[in-house]
This record gives sequence, structure tokens and C-alpha cells, in this order.
Amino acid sequence: MTHENGIDLALMDEVFQKYSQQKGALIPILQNAQDIYGFLPQEALQLIADKMGVSIGKVYGVATFYAQFYLEKRGRHILKLCDGTACHVKGTPLLVTALGDGYHIQPGETTEDGDLTIEIVYCLGSCALAPVTILDDQVMGRMRPEMMVRKVQKHIKDAQKAAGA
Amino acid sequence: MGNELLEKYVLFRHRDVEDIHKIDGYTANDGYTALKKALETMKPEDVTNVVKNAGLRGRGGAGFPAGVKWSFIPKDIFPKYIVVNADESEPGTFKDREIMTYNPHQLIEGIIMCAYAVGAETAYIYGRGEFRTLFLGRLQEAVDEAYAKGFLGKNILGSDFSMDLYLHLGAGAYICGEETALLNSLEGLMGQPRSRPPFPAVEGLYAKPTVINNVETLTNVPPIVANGADWYHQFGTERSPGTKIFSLSGRVNKPGNYELPLGTPIRYLIEECGGGVIDGKAVKGILPAGASSAIVGPEALDVTMDYEAMAAAGTMLGSASFIIMDETVDAVWAAEKNVKFFKHESCGKCSPCREGSFWLTSVYRKLREGRGSKKDVEMLETIINQMEGNCFCLLGEFTVPGVRTSLALFRDEYEALARNGDEMAQPDHNLVLAEQMLNSQSKV
Ligand SMILES: Cc1cc2nc3c(=O)[nH]c(=O)nc-3n(C[C@H](O)[C@H](O)[C@H](O)COP(=O)(O)O)c2cc1C
Ligand code: SF4
Ligand code: FES
Repeated sequence: MTHENGIDLALMDEVFQKYSQQKGALIPILQNAQDIYGFLPQEALQLIADKMGVSIGKVYGVATFYAQFYLEKRGRHILKLCDGTACHVKGTPLLVTALGDGYHIQPGETTEDGDLTIEIVYCLGSCALAPVTILDDQVMGRMRPEMMVRKVQKHIKDAQKAAGA
Repeated sequence: MGNELLEKYVLFRHRDVEDIHKIDGYTANDGYTALKKALETMKPEDVTNVVKNAGLRGRGGAGFPAGVKWSFIPKDIFPKYIVVNADESEPGTFKDREIMTYNPHQLIEGIIMCAYAVGAETAYIYGRGEFRTLFLGRLQEAVDEAYAKGFLGKNILGSDFSMDLYLHLGAGAYICGEETALLNSLEGLMGQPRSRPPFPAVEGLYAKPTVINNVETLTNVPPIVANGADWYHQFGTERSPGTKIFSLSGRVNKPGNYELPLGTPIRYLIEECGGGVIDGKAVKGILPAGASSAIVGPEALDVTMDYEAMAAAGTMLGSASFIIMDETVDAVWAAEKNVKFFKHESCGKCSPCREGSFWLTSVYRKLREGRGSKKDVEMLETIINQMEGNCFCLLGEFTVPGVRTSLALFRDEYEALARNGDEMAQPDHNLVLAEQMLNSQSKV
């Protein structure tokens, strides 16, 4: 069953099976759904509400409460910049400026080609490495603007190559 | 081994012993012997008593005595739960992550003993969403190893005590570190705090008796049970015994985690451990408990880092995440940062916190953009006075001390900014409105 916008809800079957016995599993189920689709599509939220026998309002409430759930589609690569106190003092604003110059996007935005989304987070618990950035799952500490832009460019290129190969 | 103040590490044993994150490395170095001792020779209440006598205080912020907390758990209500607070979201705190990554078995052993002490059969470790890699990887491997060796699961070490341990990931919300919000989140709800009473010890997870302790707190338990309360009292002060991990960050040469006895002076942490301030600059302000702190100035450098002395100095030890500002840091900017953090993290349940942090952010922005006046500086004070004592949970209350102490210590910087604004003399209608709202509230 693939929705017109390319959302295959059948992918959720396994998730429901895994959590069918567990109390209070709404958050892990949403996390799994997001792993599958990259964000939380409306159709998936409705399905989760139906399967769990709770109102869509409750599911929506939880999905919007937590910062790590996304209701809109995001870029293929996600760069998180920590702007917690320790990182801010060590220069996160310079990183934001460099991205604005290089990619013409501000935190919370995605490049037009859909390659990159940048996000601000607050304290990743690695302040000793300030300023800290995370590119997809890779943590990069003590970042400098030029170095960061170079790493992002390389990361996107490598991924494109890997996908093409 | 150890450092200048500790012959051997008590919590950061991985800095002394290689491979301690693996179960063989841990058991080869006395790992799980405390558990064996507890199960074979001690009654559950003996375990609680030794922790009580050791004077171990909660390391998650409030410093509440752990053994006393365990003794509140009613005997006759089942099931009971242990919830380990690994939310670690206070800006500047990064100690629990190091424990869970490099010395996970000491934590797991502590959890099992806590469960034995209170008679719980299920424990959860609740970690912030950012710990995903750790929770799906290394920490889960450690749990699996403990199951494989019979330290978790049915009839642990042949005794009639059984328990299960699960890892659970949050999804991004600072408020979930607050224990009742954490319980809601663990139940799959929005992470908003509950009213207390009832306290979690009586009605916690799924309304059952629940012990909630911080990661570092429980990591102290195996050495205490192994060596006894008197041994533990050799470290620290009389009322704040033991060692503590201090997370040091900000404008110092060597930021990082340092395990030291409680009662060590702040100066030692900054100068000896942290290699002093960058470029030899002067300390301007110290935030001892991350963004939630009352800021103290350089005159506090000789204050000792224990619960009592920090409180006497007008601040708190909290999670002991020391963020150091030097003379190059703009104090108003730093305070604005913290206020923005609280605005972002306010869960929205109660209006003093939700609206207060919103208005604080607007006033700070106005001041920093040079549009503010003296009245705006006073407005900051009005807002925090309205918030203080009126918030539903401590997150809202934690917004206040940073602003209050920043205003007191660095008044001149605020006034310099306000003067610029006075010259421009632009009324801001939103703020006029806010002022009226707040004034009318204070009358009712
Ligand atoms: C806003 C807020 C955030 C908190 N964050 C944490 C946290 O990240 N980790 C933690 O252990 N305790 C945190 N606490 C304290 C917990 O509510 C609770 O007191 C603690 O987990 C109890 O464990 P302990 O007695 O071992 O310290 C927070 C409290 C508040 C009010
Ligand atoms: S004080 Fe803030 S975080 Fe706490 S309940 Fe109120 S709105 Fe939520
Ligand atoms: S402030 Fe950036 S990791 Fe803590």
C-alpha cells in the first residue's frame, strides 16, 4: 500500500509487531517511524493512532512536543550545530555565518536541491569539544568555519558518489 | 593512577584500568563482587543502610541523600520500579555520558543493588535522544553481557532475586530530566511535570513506587557496598562525602571531566585541572551548575565545591557543570543565551515560565540591539520577580537566578546598553503592553 506521495505504510507492520506487547511504546514507535520515512508523515501518524487506539490529537501532541520529531520532510543530510552556552562562547555564530555564505540557508532551513538541512541544538553534552557539530551521525568537535564547509562538501559528494556507484 | 587528590579513581575507574568497559575487564578488577557480597551476605535493608550511612547524595542536582530516598519505598506495594536518570541535558554537563561509555558495568551493578535494596524487578535507563548511538551500541552490549553472565535476569547469581534492565531513549526535551516529566515521557506521554505529592517513591511510573536516581549516584553504590560507609567518608566533607565528577567548560585551556573529592576549591578545578583561563585572562563569572546557576564572580574562587559551601556562597553545586566566563565574554549576551535556552525548553504547562521566559527573551533582544532603555533593565527585574516562586516546576525557577545574579554582578554592562537605547528613545508597544499585563497580574 503506497500512498500517492510515496509513503509506504506497510513498512510500519514490523514496528507494530515489535512493540505490540510493550506499555507506553508511543515514543519508540514514533522514533522507528521517523527512521523509516526520515520524518513523520501525516498518514503514518494517523495509522499509529488507529493501531494504538488513541486519538490523533494525542499522537500529534507527543510528536510536536519533542524536538527530535519532524513533521516535515528534511534534507538528505542533516548538519546540527550546537549553540549551547559552551559552544556559543567558542564560536558557533561564526559557523552559522559561514553556512549562510556558503549555502544560503539559515538554521531550520533546507537547501533548494534538498541536500542539506541545518539545525541548531542546545548542548550535546560534549562541551569539552566545543564548538560541536554533528553531520548525520558523525560528531565533529572543535570546528572552524572553513573546515566545516569543506567537510560538508566532501560528505555530500561522497554520498552522491556512493549512490551513483 | 588516579590524580593528585585521589590515589585511585572511584567512579572514573576506566582512567586507571584498561578494558573495564568489557565484562571480563570489569570482573577481573573486582567487578560484580559487591553485588555478590550483597546477595550472599546482606539483607535488602542492609544495602539501603550502608548507602544511608555513607551519606551518598544524589548527583543529579538536588543532592538528596540516596539511602533516605530508597527507604521511602513502601514494602507492600508491587511492582516497584527503578528509573535511572540519564537525560543529562543541563548545558555544560557531560559526566554521565563518560560513565556510560567507558565504565558501564559499575553503573549496571549499582542499578542491580538499588533494585535489590528496594525490591524492584524492573529498571529503566532513560537517556536523552542524543545518546542513541551509545544506547543502541556500547551500553546495550554491556547490558547483554551482564545478562549472559547471570548478573541480570532470572535468579541472579543463584539467589532468588530476579530483575530486568531496559534502555529507553527520549526524543529531545530538557524538561524530561525533571523526574516527573521523565516518568510521563517513559509512559509515552508529553514530557510535562506532574504535581507532587504524590512523590514518585509512592506513586511513580504507572503510579507504582519508583526510585529515580542519576547515573553518577548509582555508580557510587558498588564501591560503597564493597568497602563500607567509613571508607567512603575518607573522601569529601562531613556532610558532602565522596568524590564527584566536575564537568569543566567555557574559557579554560583544558575543558573536560575531572573526578575530585567534594570540598575541593573551585580554583583548583580551574587552575590545576583546567590549566587556567585561555590567554591568562581573568575569570569574570562562574556558572557552577550550567544554565540553571546563580553566577558567582572571581571572589568565589576559593569557595569549596560541596553542597553546603556552594549554597553559602549564594549559588548551588547542582550537577557540578562549571562554565567559566572570562573578561572577554559579554555578560548580557551570556545571560541572553541562557534565557533563550529556557524559553526554548519551557514545556508550556504553566504561564509564569512560558510567558516569563518569552518576555525575558524579548527584553534581552531589545537591549542587545541597542533599542533598550533603563526601564527595560528594570523590566527584567519585574519579570523575574513575577516568575520566582510561581512556576509549576524547577525549570521555570531555574530561569531566575542566572538573570538576577547577572543583573547584580554586571549592572554596568546593562546600563551601558540601556544608555544607547535612551538616546534612541523608541517606545516598544509590545513591551508596554507586557508591562501593563504584569502589573495587573501582581495586583490580583
Ligand atoms: C529542569 C530539570 C532538569 C533536570 N535534569 C536532570 C538530568 O538531566 N539528569 C538528572 O540526573 N537529574 C536531573 N534533574 C533532577 C531530577 O529531577 C532528579 O532530582 C534526579 O534525577 C534525582 O536523582 P538523584 O537524587 O540521584 O540526583 C533535573 C531537574 C529539573 C528540575
Ligand atoms: S515551570 Fe516551565 S517547564 Fe515547568 S511546568 Fe511550568 S512551563 Fe513547564
Ligand atoms: S554547549 Fe555545545 S556540547 Fe555543550
